[in-house]
This record gives sequence, structure tokens and C-alpha cells, in this order.
Amino acid sequence: MLRRELLKTGAFCVAFSLASKNRQAFAKSATPADAGNAAFSPNAFIQVLPDGQVRLTIPNVEMGQGIYTSEAAILAEEMDLGLDQVIVDHAPASPERYTMPLQATQLTGGSTSIRGSWDVLRSAGATARLMLINAAASRWSVRPDSCEAKRGVITHIESGRSLDYAMLVDDAQRQSVPDVVPLKDHRRFTIIGKPWQRTDTRDKVLGATRFGIDAQPPGHKCAAVIINPVWHARPRLQNAPLPAGAHEIVALDDCLAVIADDFWTASEVARTLSVEWDYGRCTPFDTAQLRKAMNHAASNAEALTARHDASWSGRTPAESAEYEFPALAHAALEPMNATVACRKDELEIWIGTQAPGRVLDAAHRLTGFPKERIQVHNHYLGGGFGRRVETDQVEQAIRIAMKVDYPVKVIWSRATDIRRDLPRPPFLDRISAALDDDGFPIEWTDHITGCSIFTRFAPQFMREDGVDPDTVDGADNLPYSIPSVHVRWTPFDMPDERPIGWWRGVGPTHNLFRVECFLDELADHAGIDPYLYRARLLQHSPRLLKVLHLAAEKADWHRPLDQGFGRGIAVGKAYESYVCAVVEVDATSTSEIRLTRCVCAVDCGVVINPNTIVAQIEGGLIFGWTAALWGELTYAAGAVEQSNFHDYRLMRMNEVPSIAVHLVESDEHPSGVGELGTAIASPALANAVFNATGFRCRRLPLVPAIAEHVQSNSGGLKQRLDNLVSSFTRQGGEP
Amino acid sequence: MRSTFTLNINDERRTVTAPPRMPMLWVLRDLLALTGTKYGCGIAQCGACTVHLDGKALRSCVLPVGDVGDGHITTIEAVGRTDNGEKVQRAWMEIEVAQCGYCQPGQIMAAVALLNERPAPADFEIDAAMSGNLCRCGTYPRIREAIKLAATGKTDAMRTLVIGPSADSEVKEP
Repeated sequence: MLRRELLKTGAFCVAFSLASKNRQAFAKSATPADAGNAAFSPNAFIQVLPDGQVRLTIPNVEMGQGIYTSEAAILAEEMDLGLDQVIVDHAPASPERYTMPLQATQLTGGSTSIRGSWDVLRSAGATARLMLINAAASRWSVRPDSCEAKRGVITHIESGRSLDYAMLVDDAQRQSVPDVVPLKDHRRFTIIGKPWQRTDTRDKVLGATRFGIDAQPPGHKCAAVIINPVWHARPRLQNAPLPAGAHEIVALDDCLAVIADDFWTASEVARTLSVEWDYGRCTPFDTAQLRKAMNHAASNAEALTARHDASWSGRTPAESAEYEFPALAHAALEPMNATVACRKDELEIWIGTQAPGRVLDAAHRLTGFPKERIQVHNHYLGGGFGRRVETDQVEQAIRIAMKVDYPVKVIWSRATDIRRDLPRPPFLDRISAALDDDGFPIEWTDHITGCSIFTRFAPQFMREDGVDPDTVDGADNLPYSIPSVHVRWTPFDMPDERPIGWWRGVGPTHNLFRVECFLDELADHAGIDPYLYRARLLQHSPRLLKVLHLAAEKADWHRPLDQGFGRGIAVGKAYESYVCAVVEVDATSTSEIRLTRCVCAVDCGVVINPNTIVAQIEGGLIFGWTAALWGELTYAAGAVEQSNFHDYRLMRMNEVPSIAVHLVESDEHPSGVGELGTAIASPALANAVFNATGFRCRRLPLVPAIAEHVQSNSGGLKQRLDNLVSSFTRQGGEP
Repeated sequence: MRSTFTLNINDERRTVTAPPRMPMLWVLRDLLALTGTKYGCGIAQCGACTVHLDGKALRSCVLPVGDVGDGHITTIEAVGRTDNGEKVQRAWMEIEVAQCGYCQPGQIMAAVALLNERPAPADFEIDAAMSGNLCRCGTYPRIREAIKLAATGKTDAMRTLVIGPSADSEVKEP
């Protein structure tokens, strides 16, 4: 049903698969059935319509990362169209049809969209262009290479005859798919590489963008959910009269939904309702117990080997350290929500999701309706960050909707959004190194203890050796020239079977922090400048060396700083991209410590849109600093203690340093940028704090770590740290 | 418990029936279907719900409808009709501030209110006016730059190219 809506009849359609780089995977098609016959499953379509429009249908979702505009630019470039002549549609939910190449389902995340679509989208666009040119050439009985295309018009150069793509729709249909299609030389790019305004920008500025929370289907009502922050707690049902204002109260086994005409009324009723809970199935735990359990696992539980170089012999390390990372909330500004209409034999869902395929699967599982009878309207996302790849909230909304006979919009309060988050899991990592006479590592031993997300989320991505590749990403693939490396991972399960989830930056966020901070420790131990120390170890990583030198040069690395100021550096490879950040902090004031400046160098291959890349890096850095300074979910009696932005701090305007992002010119395959800034932000900051104060932070977030350090230490540093703590506390307090 | 209020919203008279305690945020969103004003925290911590009451920025999630009286409420849907609103929205597009965009209506309303008070704000004034508006995507550097662009017409920031036949024809073949 949906596919027929999608593919217009009478169009010239090139169907292709983002899941396959096989050139045979292209097919021309007038109908989806034809495309299906070609022994492959296309998941993306270029359609040239008789009215001259060119439509690109892709499975990615837009979260502010600019994917629609970037993919349109790639297509327009290879098809010789103007960017204004391409319309991008996101595909309807259908995981069988729209599986993403690097995700194995229809999901946008992990900085994979451009990485997965660059080659194949270019080939598809070039194929469509060549078939149109061949059609024109055969109509004129001239050689195809005597024709050129520009803005969707093909011209025979000698005679000056020309035809629009739209006039060639039928002819192109009859052309065979060419075997060899040359791609445009990078030097001839006229669209790729320019700061095009994103197609979603205008509506976002005018307040006209419809996010999931803005869906208002006719006759809908609003639901506020009463759910316990302690997992597995069940409400005890009581037969009380329906409070004034409430339309209905729906009871599920794990929550109550108060339904009213508007969300505020529903929330007010929910707030005043007294609910008794059955905690029989719960295992209450607090942060201290969680840390103890992780420590116990790290010391006693079996560790899986992620990498074991044959030359590693277990020499006595000269330096060792333990790094600890807390659970983190996503705290997207748009609280989790979904609107669902459950009718007799069909389901309609309005939601902003990173994973329409997972939403459809979940809806099918819960309702038993055939997938053709389930429609997922995907809206813009008020922040994804990995939270909106999950289906826990929409599943709850579906279960509520199945009990009522009108569309219901279920919105989580901010407190529920934070307390029922599927957080970035905590990690406890132990790292050590044996050093040569110059102080450089000859043996590197790294032991990570933490939860696996893939085990629950996509077990097919687990490695054959049992290692979750995400938990060791950035640790077992070190870019540094270190002769012998041994990396192990000890799986850990959260107490109370508490689920955890993806968070912007995924594995590299904790691994890059530990590696880059520990390397700073080694440089300090060797008495070598941390920038030069890294440079020496990166001699065989030319792209990393380039961003390292570029950032250091632009930051004027060797310029001396005044007393109380500090400068830190961190470099890394993640999501196939290369990044280096230099952060400066000012710790001179008795009232605050400030990030004053950040210089960041990025090599992400071909620059498709410099403006959106810089935006992603700026935002990613701020996301990372926010977590490094304040980010921590703490637990008491099995419940997350934080509830809103007064106790789950986000960085604010007055706390943001100047940020300069420098992009390396490159012809390499484009790579991920959405999470790159986040992963590199925190080690650069922590290294700058060390440079300014001499305090090495090994337990994030920085603010409480410094407070604890001050309590357990005295001496010359105390006065200085007292000042620091008062500044951090002030910044961390209620604004 | 419910009362009828005649409100002045975006220069239109709108009549709603609601409890006097109901925050304007939900009056706008759920009773009047003006969904540009966003819910983020419900306790005046994030600024996503910022609207103008007589030109001043207020958090509509804690502004009871019963307290509005004859005051003029302006929302993101209409702020572009004012000089400063139009300037701010244009600057927001030119250097492309928004990412996910959810907090931006509130950011823009706060920025316009700032320019209404201070036509050429210094950095510390931008900090003071804008530090109550959270952005999870981290668009703060561009918010600051866009406010300056709106105030002065000048910026060093990268300007976006607007997609269209004219922008396209500016692109030179090498």
C-alpha cells in the first residue's frame, strides 16, 4: 500500500540498494514489482517525474544533522541537476525494504548515513544521468559523449538541440542499465562542498516544523503517564472515582495513563492521584552499590580478550590508572512522546524516531496487525542522540492506545524522560603501560568493564569472539605506534536488569577519554610536551598526524600561558573520521573555571557541506563538555535521583567558549561527524584542567571528582582547589 | 473551575475556556493548536516555551492563563511581523543556527526580546539574556553570532547559500 503511494506511475525510476555496493544492484523500474524482480531489494529510489521533478527517496531521518540536504547534494551533483530540482522524501517505515547499510535495520544513528550512502548514491545518480543522456542521444541519433547535461537539460553540443529530463522519462525507461558508469571527478564538483542552507532550516526558524509532539490528529486526547522510576514496580489497582477533568484512566501492568482533553489537565490529575506500588519484583540499588558491583566485576569476573598482540608479554607497568564513567541521560529537549490511533484493524503512529523500522516491528508485535495495516508518520525529532532509536516509550503508547477508541498522544514529563531513560552505561576501565627508556609505551594493557548494548539491541553485531565491538571501539584499534597491546572486556549487567542504551558518541566517548588522558599522564611522566609526545607516536597515522599538527598550529600550541590558565589536547579516530581538539581553560578566578577557547581540526574525507559539518562539531563538543563537567545519573533505592534540568545540568550560553573548527581538504571517502566532537571534547578538557591545576581527573564528571579530591587531600593545592570547587558548585547549582 | 478568557494572541482575539491556573503553554498548544511554542521542562528551566507578554520574554509553562488579562501575547508564529523578529529570524537562517530546531522558537523569542531592550547587546548582555534557554544540540555559538548579525548586519560566520535557481547559477564551473 505504502509503496504504491511512494512510486509514481509514469516516472523514470532508478531503484538501488544502499545495502549493496554491487553495481548489478541497480535496476530501472516503472513499478516496485519490476524492481523486486531484479534479484535484489532496492531501498532507495530516484524518480524523474513527467512534470520535471526529481525525487530521491531514502531511509535516513533528519535530526538536524542535515542529511536530507547532503544526500540531495550528492544526487544533484552526479545527475547534473540544480539542488533546487531535487526533492528528498524519507521512506515510509518498512525495515524489510529500507534497511540501512551499516545498521542492519531502518535506523539512523552511529554517524553512518553518509558513510553508507556516498558511493552508492553517487553511482545511482550517475546511472540515472547516463540513461537519460543515452535516451536523448538515441533520439537524436548522435553519440552520447557528444551530449552534455546541466540543470536537468541535455544538450547536443554541436547542434545545440536540447531536451529536458522530463521529456525523456519514457525513453530512459527503455534504456538498458549501463555496465560502466563514470563518476564525476571531485575537482568538477559544483554543488558538493558548498554551505547550502538545509531544507529544514526555514520552517524551524518560523516555528512551523512539526515535531512528534506537535501531532494533533482529529479527535485525539492527551495522556500523562504515572510510572515508577523504579523498574519492575507495578501499580496496585484501586477503584476510585474518576477525578474531575480526566476523561479516562487506563491501567497497564507497569503504569497508569491519565487521559484528558489537554496534557496539562492530564498531568495535574496524575500529580494528585495517589498510587500504591508493588515493589515485589524490584531490586533496589544505589550508586555506591553500583560502583562496588562494577569494581567487583572488574577484579573477579571473566574478561574476554578483544586484542592480544603476540608480542605482549605482561611486563610490569610503569604507570597505571583507573578511569570511571557514570551513567548519562540523553535529555533531548523534546521529551519522549508518541501519538497512536488504534482502530479495528489498523494502527496509525505519529512519532519522531531514529528507527522507523523498529517502531513498525514493535507495533506489529504488540497488535498482531499485519505491517501493511500499520502506518508510521515520522516527524522531525527534537533531538535524537541515540534515545530515539529505542521503542520503549512508543510501545507504552501503543499499549495505551489499544485500550481506548480515539487517538491518544502520550507525552512523558521531563522527570519521567530522565528517570526512565535508557542511559549511556557506566564503565570502569583499568589501563597501564610499560615504558621504554624515553618514556614511550612499549606494552599497553587496557581492561574495560561495562555493559553491552548490542547484546540487547542488535546481537548480530556481536563479534565472533563474544566481544561487543562498541565497548572496545577506540581501545582495541589504537592509532598509536605501540609495539604490544592487550585489550580485554569484562561484560557487566546493570543491577535490577536495568536497560541501558546508545548515547551520542557511543563506545569512543569513554574509550577516547581514557586513552587520551592516560597518554597525557605518560607524557607528563616522561616530561615531554603532550602534543609532541603524541606526534611521535602517530608517525604511521598520516591523517591523524595532520589534524594534530593543524589543531596545534591554529591553537598556537607553544604560546606560553599565564599562571592559572591551562591548555589540553586530545586526538583520535572515530566513525572513520580524524579529529584533534585543543581546549583552553581559565582557572585564575576565585569564582569560576571557564572554558575559554577550543580549536578543533577535522578530517572527515570529502567535505559535502562545510556548514553542517562545522555545526555538528560545535554541537558535539558542547554535548561532550556538558557530560564531562556535570553529567551523571545517580541512583537511590533503585531510582534515578535526577529529574529535570536543575539537577541534570546542560551547558548554557554563558559557559560556552569560542570554538574554531578547521576542516582538512580531502578526496577520501566521507566519514561520520555527528558524534566526533562529543568523543574528543572531554579528554581535551580534562587535560586542560590538569595543565591548569595539576589535578588529574580519572572519574567523570569533573565537578564532583574535584570536590572529592579536595576532601581527601590537603596541602598546597587545597586552597586552589577550594576555589575551583566553589566555582564548579556555583556553575552546577540552580541557575 | 473553568473560566472563559478572551486573550490577545498575535493581535487576534481568542476565546478559551480553561482553569485559571492552566499555563499559557498548554493553552497555546492544546487549546489553540499553536504548536510552535514548545514544552521542554515545565518548570521554567529550559526556555523552550518562551513567548512575549507585551514584548517581554516570559516562560509560558509557568504563566497561568488567569494572569494574562489584556496583555498582548506574541508567539513564534507571529514574531516575524515585528522588525526585530524579522531581523532575528533572517539572521537565524543566514548562518543556520538550528540543528534539531526544537528549542529554537524559545531562543528566537528570547533574542527578539533582548534586541527590543538592547539594540546592540554586548557579549555579557547576550549571556544574561540567553543563559536561561537550553539547547541540547549545542547551537550556542551560532545563537550568539546570529544575535550580533541581527543587531549589526555584520558577521564573520559562514553564511549559507539558499537553494534555488539563482543561488545555483552563482556557482561557477571551474
